[in-house]
Amino acid sequence: MNWLLDLSPDEWNAVRLSIKVATVAMLVSLPIGIAVALLLARGRFWGKTLLNGIVHLPLILPPVVTGYLLLLAFGRRGPAGAFFADYFGLVFSFRWTGAALACGVMGFPLMVRAIRLSIETVDRRLEAAAGTLGANPFWVFATITLPLILPGMIAGAILSFAKAMGEFGATITFVSNIPNETQTLPSAIYTFTQVPGGDEGALRLTLISIVISMTALIASEVLARRVGRRMDIE
Amino acid sequence: MSVAVDIGHRQGGFSLEAAFESSGRLTALFGPSGSGKTSLINAIAGLIRPERGRIAVDGRVLVDTRDSVFVPRHKRRIGMVFQDARLFPHLSVAANLRYGRWFTPAAERYGDIGAVVELLGIGHLLDRRPAKLSGGEKQRVAIGRALLASPRLLLMDEPLASLDEARKAEILPYIERLRDETKIPIVYVSHSIAEVARLASDVVVMAQGKVAAAGSTAKIMQRLDLLAHEERMEGGAVLDTRVLRHDERFGMTVLGSPAGDIRVPFLQAVAGQPVRLRVRARDVMIATERPHGLSALNVLAGRITAIEPGEGAAVEVRIDCSGATVMARITRQSQHALSLAVGRDVFAVIKTVSFDQANMATAPKERFDA
Repeated sequence: MNWLLDLSPDEWNAVRLSIKVATVAMLVSLPIGIAVALLLARGRFWGKTLLNGIVHLPLILPPVVTGYLLLLAFGRRGPAGAFFADYFGLVFSFRWTGAALACGVMGFPLMVRAIRLSIETVDRRLEAAAGTLGANPFWVFATITLPLILPGMIAGAILSFAKAMGEFGATITFVSNIPNETQTLPSAIYTFTQVPGGDEGALRLTLISIVISMTALIASEVLARRVGRRMDIE
Repeated sequence: MSVAVDIGHRQGGFSLEAAFESSGRLTALFGPSGSGKTSLINAIAGLIRPERGRIAVDGRVLVDTRDSVFVPRHKRRIGMVFQDARLFPHLSVAANLRYGRWFTPAAERYGDIGAVVELLGIGHLLDRRPAKLSGGEKQRVAIGRALLASPRLLLMDEPLASLDEARKAEILPYIERLRDETKIPIVYVSHSIAEVARLASDVVVMAQGKVAAAGSTAKIMQRLDLLAHEERMEGGAVLDTRVLRHDERFGMTVLGSPAGDIRVPFLQAVAGQPVRLRVRARDVMIATERPHGLSALNVLAGRITAIEPGEGAAVEVRIDCSGATVMARITRQSQHALSLAVGRDVFAVIKTVSFDQANMATAPKERFDA
């Protein structure tokens, strides 16, 4: 145990950074994921197939390609990157925010898929009933739809978090591998494997990575079961 | 209070073209499945948008396609009780009941949770989840939930159709209380003649997307031709009577009607209390002279006003008994043998035991006096 936790400051930073990046990626993509899942599950509009394809793109493209596309769009001189830098003071390239963006994008299809599936199982007749009781569409969504898709939201969020914990290709392509800024756990492990005598460090971080991912998975399982029991849907 | 509907709507291969107006306490939309009853009340509730027409409740226009008026469902204040209850599974019974109240402006709220809970007998269920309720309990909670949104009109879409006979018998009295003790007008969809005869003040008969007939329950119930084969056996006249006295020695209750006294099995009711009686046509015999040595206790003198062909060997005879109409279903052979014809004086004979509880609906005395 002591051996496992006897990390150098840089290694600790990698662990902390990974958790921070994954958490931010999950939290920021959750509302967007819910909106896109709603659109895909319920919307009827031109270009729906196209949107569906774009959402799923990170799942099928090589991560390096996704990272490179992010670099083109969100780099300092990229159109989106310049926009965020100028109007919000938010810089992505070679920052931990960029790592969060890359992780969020990579986990997005998984999150949308989980949420979309649970939206499709919601009994729309319950929403109609809420409408006759005086709830406008916003309140119907907030008081009926959202609570009913909670298990799907939890599953989607955890998938996104787990994906972010393991994301490597897109992150390293987009924001490189800078200790204390963009060096997440996978990048740190990769770095260890590239230097002579780094096996021990790589193994330590690998074990830590497994523990974090397993904890997240078990926590989501427990949470989902508790929510499910509370709802007791027939 | 009034409901006025005149709409046209097409959905797949089905076309609805219906108009009716009613100002009754409880208006039944009656007809076989697929006749358009549910589409009609879905249009009133705002769950479907009719292609053409106008819907007004109490003078307030909810839909008028000519003026592009379409009030969204959440602004209509029309309560709906669905066949499948549709309670919110993630909320407790108490939270389900309070749901609509939340969206009702304080000034327009009426009734309170305690009174509704008492009316429906659901006090012991408040902490439970909907999944833990029986079918009948769910339906009572659904009624309470709709009521507590303080609707201007209550729609009930076959609320008993998915329940077994015992559950139906459990809920019917609550719907009667609802009709008699609250001021909310009700539109009630049903394909059961027994429910309609028991509950409705007015009936709109639907067939193949159109209104086949409309009028007071007593008038419509005599129109056996409107009924489908299965229901025809249950059809007959509806008499509004009131309790005269009880005959405790023989366990009977005597009801007074314009047609004369009618003896029925003992009823839990006080003298003067109104009772609606459904006299099935198949339970009525016809005699050309006052019968002697007969076990049937009810003999009503009257005159034949119409004879209509029934199904198969039967004819349906309408008898006017001092202003009240009784229907009888007899064979054509009997008609021939007794030379029954319109205008002839006859006696309608009804066995006391042919009345069961389901055919006798009591209303509170105050309502009768009012």
